[in-house]
Amino acid sequence: MSEFWYTFISIDLPPLLTAIFATSSCALLGNFLLLRKASLMGDAISHSVLPGIVVAFLITNSRSTVAVLVGASIAGVLTAILIELIKRFGKVESGAAMGVVFSLLFALGVLLIEQAAARNVDLDAECLLHGQLESIFWLPPDNFRALLSWSVLSELPSELASTFFIALLSFCFVFLLFKELTVSSFDPLLSTTLGINANCLHIALMIFVGFAVVASFEAVGSILVIAMLIAPAATARLLTDRLRAQIGLSLLFGIIASVGGYILATLLPNLLGWNSSVNAAGMMAVTSGIALAVVALLSPTYGLLGRSLRSRGLRSSMSREDLLSLLYRSDELDWAVERTQREVYKLKYVIGERQYVKAINALAKEQLLIPNEFKLTEEGRRIAEHTIRKHRLWESYLVEKMGLRKDHVHELAHALEHVTSEEMESELEGALESKGKIDPHGRRIP
Amino acid sequence: MQSLTDVTFEWPSISEIVKVLFLQGGANTNLVIVGTALLGFAAGITGTFAILRKRALMGDALAHSALPGLALAFIFGQLTGWYDKALVPLLIGATITGLLGILAVQALTFGSRLSEDATIGIVLSVFFGAGVVLLSVIQEMDTGAAGGLHHFIYGQTAALSYNDVVLSLVIAVLTIVTTILFVKEFKLVCFDPGFARVQGWPAHFLDVLMMASVVLVTVTGLQSVGLILIIALLIVPATSARFWTESLSKMIFISGIFGALSGYIGATISALLPRLPAGALIVLCTGVFFLLSLFFAPCRGILANTIRQYLLRRKIARDVYE
Repeated sequence: MSEFWYTFISIDLPPLLTAIFATSSCALLGNFLLLRKASLMGDAISHSVLPGIVVAFLITNSRSTVAVLVGASIAGVLTAILIELIKRFGKVESGAAMGVVFSLLFALGVLLIEQAAARNVDLDAECLLHGQLESIFWLPPDNFRALLSWSVLSELPSELASTFFIALLSFCFVFLLFKELTVSSFDPLLSTTLGINANCLHIALMIFVGFAVVASFEAVGSILVIAMLIAPAATARLLTDRLRAQIGLSLLFGIIASVGGYILATLLPNLLGWNSSVNAAGMMAVTSGIALAVVALLSPTYGLLGRSLRSRGLRSSMSREDLLSLLYRSDELDWAVERTQREVYKLKYVIGERQYVKAINALAKEQLLIPNEFKLTEEGRRIAEHTIRKHRLWESYLVEKMGLRKDHVHELAHALEHVTSEEMESELEGALESKGKIDPHGRRIP
Repeated sequence: MQSLTDVTFEWPSISEIVKVLFLQGGANTNLVIVGTALLGFAAGITGTFAILRKRALMGDALAHSALPGLALAFIFGQLTGWYDKALVPLLIGATITGLLGILAVQALTFGSRLSEDATIGIVLSVFFGAGVVLLSVIQEMDTGAAGGLHHFIYGQTAALSYNDVVLSLVIAVLTIVTTILFVKEFKLVCFDPGFARVQGWPAHFLDVLMMASVVLVTVTGLQSVGLILIIALLIVPATSARFWTESLSKMIFISGIFGALSGYIGATISALLPRLPAGALIVLCTGVFFLLSLFFAPCRGILANTIRQYLLRRKIARDVYE
């Protein structure tokens, strides 16, 4: 195969695939951690599996993945149990309990690493933080066809194999137990009564998180694991309400973070004139953060931009409704011209000059208002009637059912009239004794 | 390959232990031990307020976010040549990004539907990731100084210079004095900020002052305990102290004592066995105090509670059957 492909497959592809598999398993499980507000358990587990890993090293004197996984799983389960015990018997609050357990276990792990280093066991404290993606490589065979043979595949780097298997395991866990995980995340009590033991599922989730942490540790280090457990799921959460969509999006963002981070780590320094790369795992964590920041700003549903646009839209529609209602009242109660002018002035003061002009123009354009004469058209009158109806229904309800005095209800009804739905309106009408004919001030309800 | 049972340590002799423990190990060692003990005291008392305000893990975000600041300050120093590895600029850099991290947590929590635990985790790992990237840049800069920054991650009391220790001493004393001066006001703001405001106390300013002492203690503790474990020095003594008393003043004091003792013992052991990471040692000392408190504290410890419950059940049984 060509030079380019050879370099790519030997140097770039293994770390990329390892990172993608690691972040996929973390992103997948992270969705459920996010829903249970247990994101920091992921942080805690990543710190506290350290002594488990080191002890496994020391006992087996090898870097066998199975030993490490067992050691880490034990540490992971131990963490969850210890945290619960301290919370229950020590009556310590949740954040403090987590902090105590994970930092003590991490300190133990750090101490054990020094012991291990003294015995020439190959374990490096730095690597645990940021992994060693750059050192994962593979010597591919000469042609593409040979890629499919078993002897070649068995030469794959161990990190790639272990992250692949854990990704597969996580996928199976989530897809097979999707309904159970969903129910127990949203409503643990309900799920237990339905026969799906919420506690067992919680522990199972923590065990799988431990697996994902451990498998990814060696390759990408503990920081990236924490970032990948939370950030892609959080980013997806800001874009959608549906769980399946959220899971899919989180996988997408995980891949974006891995691939994007890798590209930035290798290419960006080149662009800036360096001839070496920066730490890939760190860059991937940063990329996931950037993706989150972008989505938090621009998401149309839950981002800053979307929410500010929506609130502005609400403000405009409220201004328009207020203007229409004012003109309706001026007509119905037969105000003198000076009074109408005064009320319009008050409205202009409250909503601001710009909103006022916008409202007038919008209403004129929709033919609800005759601009120069301040009169309502037929259509405008109907809409104003609707708003006034909601206002007076609320006034009646507040006086009749909630016992407020009738000179106190105007402001409240004024605020509520803009956000009352059709359904709410008919409920209000049904609840009133007078069945919505006269408001507390004696005026007719249209 | 050596086996697990082959513990060839270079244990210091008993006389050496006594010498260092009772502050006769040399001026530098003494200073480090005393400085670390004072830092432990400061961390213990500020940690109490952090826990009461349920801000324990915010300190974790702060510590992890400090890493890029350290690296940037270092790079800046190298590039401009103003300072080489002086501590103060590094700590200033650490404080700046640490505070940025906290702001990011607040912004994400209040500006989006994410809950605080998720935002703390995100900020913590993303900022730390940025720090790790910058550290790799420093390694490429080939000035051999990245090792020094490594000490900020895991802590290393034995390698502290005189000036470093004096700085941390000064900050620790400053924090302790501030807390003692404001202890009544801090207590009030912790338990009833509304009342405090109504009585005319600037509750917001006091809150900021509390947060500021956490920031100061965290940033100062970076060099002794390292940024991953400084959170332990803030949380564990305070949590341990809770088991001994219901009174807040006593809790603050006991927490400080636990922190100070852990710092003292941890730094002593680190002086005797310099290859062991100091941060881990200090934190393990806090852990020992925690376990002792959890089980044996007479006020709220598990043993005391069990005995009290047993005595109560006996009393009830006796009353019922008489």
